Amino acid sequence: MPDERKKILEVHHLKQYFNVGKKDEVRAVDDVSFDIYEGETFGLVGESGSGKTTAGRSIIHLYEPTDGQIIFNGKDVSKLHTKAEMHEFRREIQMIFQDPYASLNPRMKVKDIVAEGIDIHGLAKDDADRTKQVEDLLETVGLNKDHSSRYPHEFSGGQRQRIGIARALAVEPKFIIADEPISALDVSIQAQVVNLMKELQEKQGLTYLFIAHDLSMVKYISDRIGVMHYGKILEIGPADEVYTHPLHAYTKSLISAVPVPDPEFERNRKQVTYDASREHDDKQRRMVEIAPGHFVRASEDEVEMYTKRAQEAGLVTDFPHS
Amino acid sequence: MENPENVIEVRNLQIDFHTYAGEVKAIRDVSFDLRKGETLAIVGESGSGKSVTTRSLMGLLAPNAVIKGGSIMFHDEDIIKKSEKDMQHIRGKDIAMIFQDPMTSLDPTMRIGLQIAEPLMKHKGLKKKEAVAQALEMLKLVGITNPEGRINDYPYQFSGGMRQRIVIAIALVCYPEVLIADEPTTALDVTIQAQILDLMKDLQNRIDTSIIFITHDLGVVAGMADRVAVMYAGKIVEYGTVDEIFFNPQHPYTWGLLNSMPTLDTEGGSLSAIPGTPPDLLDPPVGDAFAARSDYAMKIDTEQEPPFFKVSDTHYAATWLLHPDAPKVTPPAEIVRRQKKFAAMEKPEPPIKHVTKE
Ligand SMILES: Nc1ncnc2c1ncn2[C@@H]1O[C@H](COP(=O)(O)OP(=O)(O)O)[C@@H](O)[C@H]1O
Ligand SMILES: Nc1ncnc2c1ncn2[C@@H]1O[C@H](COP(=O)(O)OP(=O)(O)O)[C@@H](O)[C@H]1O
Ligand SMILES: [Mg+2]
Ligand SMILES: [Mg+2]
Repeated sequence: MPDERKKILEVHHLKQYFNVGKKDEVRAVDDVSFDIYEGETFGLVGESGSGKTTAGRSIIHLYEPTDGQIIFNGKDVSKLHTKAEMHEFRREIQMIFQDPYASLNPRMKVKDIVAEGIDIHGLAKDDADRTKQVEDLLETVGLNKDHSSRYPHEFSGGQRQRIGIARALAVEPKFIIADEPISALDVSIQAQVVNLMKELQEKQGLTYLFIAHDLSMVKYISDRIGVMHYGKILEIGPADEVYTHPLHAYTKSLISAVPVPDPEFERNRKQVTYDASREHDDKQRRMVEIAPGHFVRASEDEVEMYTKRAQEAGLVTDFPHS
Repeated sequence: MENPENVIEVRNLQIDFHTYAGEVKAIRDVSFDLRKGETLAIVGESGSGKSVTTRSLMGLLAPNAVIKGGSIMFHDEDIIKKSEKDMQHIRGKDIAMIFQDPMTSLDPTMRIGLQIAEPLMKHKGLKKKEAVAQALEMLKLVGITNPEGRINDYPYQFSGGMRQRIVIAIALVCYPEVLIADEPTTALDVTIQAQILDLMKDLQNRIDTSIIFITHDLGVVAGMADRVAVMYAGKIVEYGTVDEIFFNPQHPYTWGLLNSMPTLDTEGGSLSAIPGTPPDLLDPPVGDAFAARSDYAMKIDTEQEPPFFKVSDTHYAATWLLHPDAPKVTPPAEIVRRQKKFAAMEKPEPPIKHVTKE
């Protein structure tokens, strides 16, 4: 069944290498492909160093890709030539960062931080309009206008993240890349921020690329999940399915490591370890659709094993893979 | 010591910080025991006082801290009354500590073998050669591959997870009676975290040390703790065995913490976040400090501080909800689910009474 939804982002065979040709060459992103549909949340998970941040930065075109293509709203990001096109692109995609403190200028008042994009893109008619917009944004993220003359250090971690979200929303983006936005927050505050992001998505039709290493929260906020390991995506599928019926051994190990707030479960925990060396044979691997919408990076001879696994999990009855 | 089973007894600890804005009342009457061989977890949001409490056990409080009252008994002596010189003999030998960021405990300019050997030379009077030989054994124990080849490496040559293993080796090399672990895995990836937690459990069995484990992650607590103390705004609000806290919690703050975590089967909808933020400890609220954020607050919560009510011999909670005159309330659905599980769990059998016929 072809998917009728509109693709807002297409990443085709993206490669982002650093120090190419040198001894210390890093293949931070190595042949990664995925699509993100309008209005959905795509969760990108993986351990630190797996290339998640680099993928996000490549998408907003902070780097010239080593190879591959990034299509945003039907346009190739590498081919945005005119200033106006670039300007529009920079407005439509915004980023939220892990450390809300490091990403907020400590010497700027909250109102000027939030209005940064409004100023750059000339989105306010006059001063009064700017103030009004900032106050509305603060209210949207659960802060109030009394906060606007304060400095970032006067806020808690969760509140700072709200300021970061208000700043991103100020330019009315379509697409937000949230790079570990809750990793530095307490569990109880994580839930506040996740709920806020979900609520904003429903109200404003936003699309998210949500980057994280905490699988339990990602599963909760995402429609689909991609699992990254050493620069490669190993599995992509519907969030619930990837979480409850992971097909790739690495995904299994990642999920088995998530601590569960249940002592009975923990007493019987079975840790699955993953041996990365199996990736280093000389076999060609590509993303194969094992169950509908559920892809695994596999060599030709692994396809049968994954299909069997998917059948046993009840994900496929007689789904013909290509 | 009140109880010979205890390694540490903290009573009515009260700590303030002098700041330009006034006195921060960081620890407000905290009491707890650490039993021999157990892992006691202290959980709570940032700023609740977990680190300050445990730093006071090490005599490592910031210069602007004032201990206003209380005692910390260790070996029948009050740590609070000890001089810095005395503490240097205890620290690293009897009580050791590991922190969230391994680099705060490692000397970047010193080979790791020597760093592990140092406490042995300092506290046990070992010669360098013997100490380094034991350091090598310790490196093996904490799972550093090729320990012979790496003993002369520097900290920067290791990954974050490996560095935390080295910190654990330093902390445990003198076989301390007490290990304090302050968010030791918070900065690590989940897979590395799982390995470090397994390592800590394994070493606890071998070395027979008692652990105070600090974290804000209830998932980690569930896997590590024998007993749990829940902290809020400078106080312990509930404590009990790990099963009692996770399956029969009584304080609305404990409910809120458990409820804000997605469980294995949380679907769509919205997560139950705890609204608002913890109170300002410059001017702590009267009564139950959690009242302002609680759906279950009653009038008395804003007037009078709740005492500890007994739930079982091992389980106490400071909430007016447990007062005999309090109205019956229904906890959040997730908590009801947990309490049902508790009711069905196997509990130690009550002693059998032999009835003899007349
Ligand atoms: N500008 C850069 N120059 C060289 N190496 C880099 C650069 N940025 C990232 N890397 C490397 O690329 C890999 C992926 O990093 P990153 O994308 O930050 O991972 P993640 O966000 O998943 O933790 C790491 O090995 C990292 O050290
Ligand atoms: N040196 C200090 N000066 C002033 N306040 C401090 C100092 N150290 C800690 N505090 C305050 O004491 C309280 C408890 O802090 P802490 O024990 O670090 O919390 P936790 O470890 O639970 O996150 C917080 O309100 C914190 O701001
Ligand atoms: Mg990153
Ligand atoms: Mg702390």
